[in-house]
Amino acid sequence: MGTLSVDQSTRVDLRQRTVTDLNQALHQAPAGSQWEVLHPDGQHAIAAGLAAPITVKIEGHVGYFAAGMNEEASVEISGNAGVGVAENMMSGRVHVHGSASQSAGATAHGGLLVIDGDAAARCGISMKGVNIVVGGGVGHMSAFMAQAGALVICGDAGDGLGDSIYEARLYVRGKVGQLGADCVAKEMRPEHLAELSGLLAQAGLDHDPAEFRRYGSARQLYNFHVENAFAY
Amino acid sequence: MTAITTPDPAALGLRENATFDRATIAAIRHAAQTGLYDIRGGGAKRRLPHFDDLLFLGASMSRYPLEGYRERCDTDVTIGTRFAKKPLHLKTPVTIAGMSFGSLSGQAKEALGRGASEVGTSTTTGDGGMTEEERGHSETLVYQYLPSRYGMNPKHLRLADAIEVVLGQGAKPGGGGMLLGQKITERVAAMRTLPVGIDQRSACRHPDWTGPDDLRIKITELREITDWEKPIYVKIGASRPYYDVALAIKAGADAIVLDGMQGGTAATQDVFIEHVGIPTLAAIPQAVDALQEAGLHRQVQLIVSGGVRSGADVAKALALGADAVSIGTAALIALGDNDPALEDEYRKIGSAAGYYDDWQAGQDPAGITTQDPELSKRLDPVAAGHRLANLLRVMTMEAQIIARACGKAHLAHLEPEDLVALTIEAAAMTRRPLAGTDWIPGLAPAAQAAPVAPVAPVASAAPAGGGA
Repeated sequence: MGTLSVDQSTRVDLRQRTVTDLNQALHQAPAGSQWEVLHPDGQHAIAAGLAAPITVKIEGHVGYFAAGMNEEASVEISGNAGVGVAENMMSGRVHVHGSASQSAGATAHGGLLVIDGDAAARCGISMKGVNIVVGGGVGHMSAFMAQAGALVICGDAGDGLGDSIYEARLYVRGKVGQLGADCVAKEMRPEHLAELSGLLAQAGLDHDPAEFRRYGSARQLYNFHVENAFAY
Repeated sequence: MTAITTPDPAALGLRENATFDRATIAAIRHAAQTGLYDIRGGGAKRRLPHFDDLLFLGASMSRYPLEGYRERCDTDVTIGTRFAKKPLHLKTPVTIAGMSFGSLSGQAKEALGRGASEVGTSTTTGDGGMTEEERGHSETLVYQYLPSRYGMNPKHLRLADAIEVVLGQGAKPGGGGMLLGQKITERVAAMRTLPVGIDQRSACRHPDWTGPDDLRIKITELREITDWEKPIYVKIGASRPYYDVALAIKAGADAIVLDGMQGGTAATQDVFIEHVGIPTLAAIPQAVDALQEAGLHRQVQLIVSGGVRSGADVAKALALGADAVSIGTAALIALGDNDPALEDEYRKIGSAAGYYDDWQAGQDPAGITTQDPELSKRLDPVAAGHRLANLLRVMTMEAQIIARACGKAHLAHLEPEDLVALTIEAAAMTRRPLAGTDWIPGLAPAAQAAPVAPVAPVASAAPAGGGA
């Protein structure tokens, strides 16, 4: 399979080309170019490592690590996403129209991840500045060790939400299972309502921000104390 | 220092308890008085079976030695030949192990880069990402990909010469990184997206994959992102090396980094360092078994670390089947760690030259394991880097001396047959015979070289307790 030319048609059929062909072409794509990917068929690492302001529309379901480490690009996935969609994203936007498997947006530093459906366990694990908006609910241990950024959950959150959380902000509209260690409900101040309104608007959702509650760190486990031995 | 005025207790006929020795008594008293367990730097301190328990059989009547200092003995190694488009070519098999900026000062990271580059070998980042000090001064830089993903940036991934997926380290297989608040300065905190001054507890598991099947997909993603150019290492802390290496091979690793329990750490609980994991010596043969069974020994390179101090250790690791080694603690000592010239300063902080292991505390008088700008300034990266380069050259030359004595024109030609064991433990672990015998403990008699007497049938065995 030869190299995919950059000035070739921007429609790539993954039944005709390999994911490596696609990714290498996307890595060289000029800013502003628009790409359409057909028949992803759950393959892994589709559109991973993009580093330019391009637009990629994927028609179907993707496997693990789709749009992994995205920088600047806008990636839209019409179906469901496997494990670690937009993991370690730095900037740009990833929009999953279906649901996402576990570890969506893991460790991501920036940009916006929108999941219209549900996200499974560990959504936003170790997030480092990304904003994530989930139209449905999230599974257990979401925002585990979340360091920075905001996670908006329009549905319910599973047990262990925000376990060992640092400075990330969590907004939940539905029910929350048992909170994780050192995660507590917090006052929703005007700056939080403003942030939440902005994120909902960017995700194309019209929920009333007043319906959400905010959760964050109690900051009781930031330093080691032997009295904390049974707190974790 | 004050002169000893009281007589040695042993001279009075007093006997120290081997179970409750003075260090144990001190640890129990400290725990009882403070409620604290010890967190420290360095690797296992206990005496362990190690490279010292092996000896080389120099050439003799049946082997042909090479002339020292005259006949060629090459030392280079290529890492990442399995899948990577751009394998690393190093002039010496002695590389610098992963150590983070944060645990080490910027000056120390620069010195490691300078020293490694001076002799044509690689250095490695650590938790917390890549700094300008190390990329700028390291000709060949391996970028660690850790569970915490602190400072993980795809730009740095592309700037790296190889990627090391870290599953664990020898000092604490199964444990995550740790950096105490004293070292979480504004710069370190900003790089790791953490509040200043917290006690950082890194994750021990990767956040987006679990198990070997997932690792295979993760490695593929890293290759896709870097266009299949970079060698991908998988680093494991030695605990079950046979299975871990077999699974890492299956997951598509280009190279395996195997770190034994003598491998150092910047900050780990003493109980973890001393009681979890297995010695480097015990781990190497199991890793080599897994590589050989996969038919990939020497194609997937094995890099061994954990207590490598000299050219003899390098030669022994290579003879057992490693392709390269990494040094961490020895490199820090070369930079100036535990320098006797700093004795008075070590005493002021409750330690002594040769004993200093509070690498977690950030008060290092040598300016190495600290983020204090005044202490860090004490380390001259140029001079320290040159000292490290000297050590790397000495280790390489020492290994060549041994290799020539064994008749080898390349360090990579050293082989298990060149070695014998000094202790029964080392013989059992390395499956080399005890020196002066043909005995390899644990091997079935049929596999031993010595003739074995036929086994008597059970019915005619002597009764229990019966004499001859």
